[in-house]
Amino acid sequence: MKAILALKDGTVMEGTSIGAPGTTTGQVVFNTSMTGYQEMLTDPSYGGQILTFTYPLIGNYGVTPEDFESRQVQVRGAVLKELAPVPSNWRSEQTLEHFLKAHRVIGVAGVDTRALTRHLRMIGVMMGGISTEMSAQELIVHIHNAPDYGSIDYVQRVSTEKPFVWKPEEVRRSPHTGPVPAETQAWRVAVLDLGVKYNILRRLTDLGCEPHIFPATARAEELLEIDPAGVLVSPGPGDPDRLGYALETVEALVGKKPLFGICLGHQLLGDAFGGRTFPLKFGHRGGNHPVKDLQTGAVTITSQNHGYAVDPQGLEGSGMEVARINLNDGTVEGLRHRELPIFSIQYHPEASPGPWDSDPLFQEFVDRLER
Amino acid sequence: MPRNPDIKKVLVVGSGPIIIGQAAEFDYAGTQACRALREEGIEVVLINSNPATIMTDTEIADRVYIEPLTPEFAEQVIARERPDGLLPTLGGQTGLNLATQLATLGILDKYNVKLLGTNLTAIRKAEDRDEFRALMREIGEPVPESWIIESEKELEALARRESYPLIVRPAYTLGGTGGGIAWSADELVEIGKRGLKLSMRHQVMIERYLKGWKEVEYEVMRDGQGNCITVCNMENFDPMGVHTGDSIVVAPSQTLSDKEYQMLRTASLKIIRALGIEGGCNVQLSLDPCSFQYYIIEVNPRVSRSSALASKATGYPIARVASKIAVGLTLDEIPNAVTQKTLACFEPALDYVVTKIPRWPFDKFPFADRTISTQMKATGEVMAIGRTFEASLMKAIRSLEMGSAVSGLRWKGLESWSDVKIEEGIRTATDQRLFVILEAFRRGMAVEEVAELSAVDPWFLHKLQGLIELENRLRTGSLDDAGLLKEAKLVGFSDRTIGQFFGVPEMQVRDARKSAGIVPVYKMVDTCAAEFEAETPYFYSAYEKENEAESVVGDRWPVVGESQAGSDSANSNLLSPPGVESDVLTSEVAYAHGGSLNTSGETTPKAEAEAANSTGPRPPTPDPRKRAIVLGSGPIRIGQGIEFDYCSVHSVWALRNAGYESIIINNNPETVSTDFDTSDRLYFEPLTLENVLNIHEQEGAEGIVVQFGGQTAINLAGPLHKAGVKILGTPFESIDMAEDRERFDDVLRELEIPKPPGRAVTTAEAAVEVAEEVGYPVLVRPSYVLGGRAMEIVYNRDELMNYMRHAVDVTPDSPILVDKYIVGVEAEVDVIGDGTDCLLPGIMEHIERAGVHSGDSMAVYPPQNLSPAVIDQIVQHAIALSRRLEVMGLMNIQFVVQDDTAYVLEVNPRASRTVPYLSKITGIPMVNVATQIMLGKSLKELGYKTGLHPTPENIAVKAPVFSFSKLREVDITLGPEMKSTGEIMGVEKTFEGALYKAMIASGVDVPYRGKMIVTVADRDKEEALPIVRGFVDLGFQVYATDGTAQFLNERGVPAFRINKIQEGYPNILEMVRTGQADLLINTVSTEARTERQATMIRRASVEHSVPCMTSLDTARALLMALSGREEGRQPECHTIDEYFAAAKAHA
Repeated sequence: MKAILALKDGTVMEGTSIGAPGTTTGQVVFNTSMTGYQEMLTDPSYGGQILTFTYPLIGNYGVTPEDFESRQVQVRGAVLKELAPVPSNWRSEQTLEHFLKAHRVIGVAGVDTRALTRHLRMIGVMMGGISTEMSAQELIVHIHNAPDYGSIDYVQRVSTEKPFVWKPEEVRRSPHTGPVPAETQAWRVAVLDLGVKYNILRRLTDLGCEPHIFPATARAEELLEIDPAGVLVSPGPGDPDRLGYALETVEALVGKKPLFGICLGHQLLGDAFGGRTFPLKFGHRGGNHPVKDLQTGAVTITSQNHGYAVDPQGLEGSGMEVARINLNDGTVEGLRHRELPIFSIQYHPEASPGPWDSDPLFQEFVDRLER
Repeated sequence: MPRNPDIKKVLVVGSGPIIIGQAAEFDYAGTQACRALREEGIEVVLINSNPATIMTDTEIADRVYIEPLTPEFAEQVIARERPDGLLPTLGGQTGLNLATQLATLGILDKYNVKLLGTNLTAIRKAEDRDEFRALMREIGEPVPESWIIESEKELEALARRESYPLIVRPAYTLGGTGGGIAWSADELVEIGKRGLKLSMRHQVMIERYLKGWKEVEYEVMRDGQGNCITVCNMENFDPMGVHTGDSIVVAPSQTLSDKEYQMLRTASLKIIRALGIEGGCNVQLSLDPCSFQYYIIEVNPRVSRSSALASKATGYPIARVASKIAVGLTLDEIPNAVTQKTLACFEPALDYVVTKIPRWPFDKFPFADRTISTQMKATGEVMAIGRTFEASLMKAIRSLEMGSAVSGLRWKGLESWSDVKIEEGIRTATDQRLFVILEAFRRGMAVEEVAELSAVDPWFLHKLQGLIELENRLRTGSLDDAGLLKEAKLVGFSDRTIGQFFGVPEMQVRDARKSAGIVPVYKMVDTCAAEFEAETPYFYSAYEKENEAESVVGDRWPVVGESQAGSDSANSNLLSPPGVESDVLTSEVAYAHGGSLNTSGETTPKAEAEAANSTGPRPPTPDPRKRAIVLGSGPIRIGQGIEFDYCSVHSVWALRNAGYESIIINNNPETVSTDFDTSDRLYFEPLTLENVLNIHEQEGAEGIVVQFGGQTAINLAGPLHKAGVKILGTPFESIDMAEDRERFDDVLRELEIPKPPGRAVTTAEAAVEVAEEVGYPVLVRPSYVLGGRAMEIVYNRDELMNYMRHAVDVTPDSPILVDKYIVGVEAEVDVIGDGTDCLLPGIMEHIERAGVHSGDSMAVYPPQNLSPAVIDQIVQHAIALSRRLEVMGLMNIQFVVQDDTAYVLEVNPRASRTVPYLSKITGIPMVNVATQIMLGKSLKELGYKTGLHPTPENIAVKAPVFSFSKLREVDITLGPEMKSTGEIMGVEKTFEGALYKAMIASGVDVPYRGKMIVTVADRDKEEALPIVRGFVDLGFQVYATDGTAQFLNERGVPAFRINKIQEGYPNILEMVRTGQADLLINTVSTEARTERQATMIRRASVEHSVPCMTSLDTARALLMALSGREEGRQPECHTIDEYFAAAKAHA
């Protein structure tokens, strides 16, 4: 079946329908990672977005539930060059095609994804849509009528409804997280779930934490009620400016508990200390972004997925300082408080997908916990 | 950290001649290194014995020594030059071993030379099997069960004890020399003993063979500050057990999930940190296809063949960055040369699939063992890029240039194999396996079955099966089916193959395709999957929507500063971020961009001028309308080596100098020509009519240069000419006249130039008729030859009939040449013509007599034994031919001299193998001059006259280098078939001195006295006598079997009699095998039984590294070299400029 991809600016590309038939809209973004399509598709931070894979062959190693990063597919659509009809990997349980269909994901294959990426890089990310039923003209109109990505609070759509305690999976075969730790968990860590990825919870568990997950709308008092040894503010989708409620919670936690912010969590911590966020033209999405630690001078290759960045102006005098920057464009990649046990990073130490090089940051957080 | 200011002068060690396992990749790496260092204001001293390299150009390094790569010569260079540092990791295993020797001998300390980059401790930890295993255990990285063996006794004990299969890996050898898979105790002892012999440290590792596991490689880099990155990962199509140099390889990995990818990446980085590498490193890992279990196989703590491939596959210049790291820079201080916007401190993201296929020499050695295993056999490789795996694979197959042996996805002859043989061909890895698998799918074999037999991952197999399914549909399809046509193009079927299915000519498919709008676009290799704007026009074709090659047209010659300023607003992620002016940010942005760009030196006018010099200065206002395409020479193979890359690159530079935009098409990832900053635009594509025409249409080039890419390029001249493309230089008509034997004979007759009598024939009967007319022996060969393929000297009617029946395909389209074999001195000349004038830079005299392929014979310049009369004949004939053929550019002419008459053997209307060598020793930039002539300049305008260029005072000897230790079952005797893989040059004041250097540099290491074995055919005995006497006078003890011993003794030359093989122990073979012989002289006998024994002895000499002279001419030259020397006194070293200052002054 034919499917078309259209962008708000009128760009139209034809391809073959993959996954479910129908029509979808979202902000069209691209990720340059060469592996990890399953982790990306289930990453809640892609809520509201149509994801373009720049690597042309997708689905080569099939799908396994072990690589889910949340309970469901989170993207609003998938754009790719070629979908592998027959995957090959010992863990694969189904083809990506079946998986997309089962999760009712609308996608399009056969697209010149490099041309699309170049377009988005030059013009900037924008709303777009995929349809198997509309004409190009209809789809463009439909995109114009759809609510803009920035106008919707996707966090509430992906966050947990009720608080829960993370129970490690019974069987775990990831070489990153290793087998399920046998010992009883020592430290309670509250996780403000703005769209948390499972691997964050797995890594915390590995390091002796018991993650207590709270909905994005939870108040600070609710978190403090369990007397956590520290609070992790999770990644998540969308414009941080829409999250007044979560910002309030974060602000109220400052000075009370050790805080670790990741991605959207980092942006909220920046906001809490007087910074502002601004949208990047086409964001950072991939597994190859160099980040420099301004203290040590060391550079780390990181996994990234964000469309907004923290503007450090306004942090002055707040005690928060820029600790890390992106080598490519100089944007802020990490903040650190001069006195309090608070730090945050814009990228993803949990990887999945992407390099594991930033994994020690979890230990750094655990070391700062109130024990 | 800025670069270390104490380092002002650096010695770079090259890798010497091309041998199997060490090809052009080190010229590419070394050239990049020299440039990278000079950008930092460092004076570069270079030592390399291989003259056919770009790195030995005086434009690339400041001081070039073309001298043997031995500690003795290197010490002299160090003593003369007093460099501050030595860069050991860019010259392959040869360079690394030399650096290790220099350090161990205390030479580096003596002269206070610092080893730059990765230190020796790290190198030892990586290369010594025992230390490496210990380190891996220490850091918790798994290694396969293994045993280090250092004696035959230990080996035999292990062989009795262990179960099989096991892998033998000798320490410190190149391309897995001496390794192999042992399936039994006997095999283990055999392979193990050989490995011990070949290992520099007399050490082999025996390892559990991980049969059926995946083999994956990571190219990683680390700087002195501990920052680490992965440049690329690569997955082998062939499972464990095939040397990675002999494997089909894809990049990035295709069947690894993110968990597996990152697990192996993390392990690789952990290893490079533990070793303390400062520069590049290659890590090979093995992964269980059914679990997360993996093992570290080995690491190469240096730039390697894989790193060259990774550089070309990603656009990330590993050698360049490694050189910068070696002088103290950190990854975040080095700009990404492709984007010019980002830094070297990142990991390339690919948005295409790269396939590498090795090029094996089995077309030249049909009797060699085609099995590929842990010992590398390929001479070269091709790489192709596509947006689909299929397209990338099929482009790579076409780039191999297998001639008529491979058509589309078919290897001719496999269709007649039995099913049993097909199964065996899938089970055992050979150069043909890919095609055997395709044939199996054609016969309907299931993927599971093939996977079971081959252990190739089913993902690849499904792709191959898909191609066969499409083949089947094409077979019943037609040109009218545009959908089918498009599908076929998407997965990479060529117009020609499609035409074969449809039964129409290639050009008809092309026309139909174009009128249906199915045309390729060109995508850029930019290191970042389009995330950042890239400056470097490095393209590959794809059947996609957007053409990026077009968007670059009109935006030529980007100036770094300007384009950055201009495009930042358009493409930066920071379009209009509020508040980026903050202090923290702006200073850091400046640091990230401007600061680091400064460290490259590209912004300093001096460095810029120098850099421009090395690549040919960029003219200020080039005319965008004038463009020319240079065709490269494809993969390195016997008969077509690195010298043609040298020529292609120089032509590109000459075009740039002349104000042209230079475009190069090539597919060899090892070369300088495919470096992204060699030409103005690089197209990484197969060298076929279809691909070249497409690019020509894309570029609207003025014409195509076919003279410099060897036979690959010249073979395209006809088809391109027919398609209406202008051939720059010598007109196609003349090319045809020179290559068509009948027409060429007419030309010679017309000019009254003598040639050996003979004719072209198309039947066996006609061949016999010609042979009987001119008299035996005759030289027979196909009319269109490359490296003397299928050339033979036949002595009688039976041999001739045999040749005509079995050795070659005779058809009216491909006639066979039958010529009188004239025994005499061979000479060759490369001429540059402009239609009127004709310059002869120099004449070279071959040391081995006619009958030995010119590529395999030693040669001396200037000639030592040619009379002035003969030289005059050669000059006159060359001038006459050049004028008659209207040569515009280069032409090579081969002569044979007998009784003071020079006969023309053949002409090649293109640059030849000897051009780099002659350019270096005469000081005439031959390719540059030839290219300028193609563009309309005359020799006169360029300052040259008709005739022979004045000869210098020094003597240069070129010697071939063979890779026999890699190719078992190949007879090492010299003959009309070319067998050498590379060459070196020795220069000295005297002929003897030059010969000596050439012998040493080519690895013929003979003591001043010792034991020599002489076995010569009866017809050679008289001639051998004075030679053997000479060796005896030097102090050699002669051993010979009955007949020869008697012959020698009777004539007063003392010789010990030694048993023939069948005469019992001790015998001649045993003497070689036990290392008691220092030298062998053996000429081919016509007596079958003697010859069988001789073959065994010659093979043994290879296995046990005993020099073996199979031509009396070579033996005589060796004697001369040894006699001319005072024992213990080293010949002097000089830079190439010093040697030929006089010659340069003329030019």
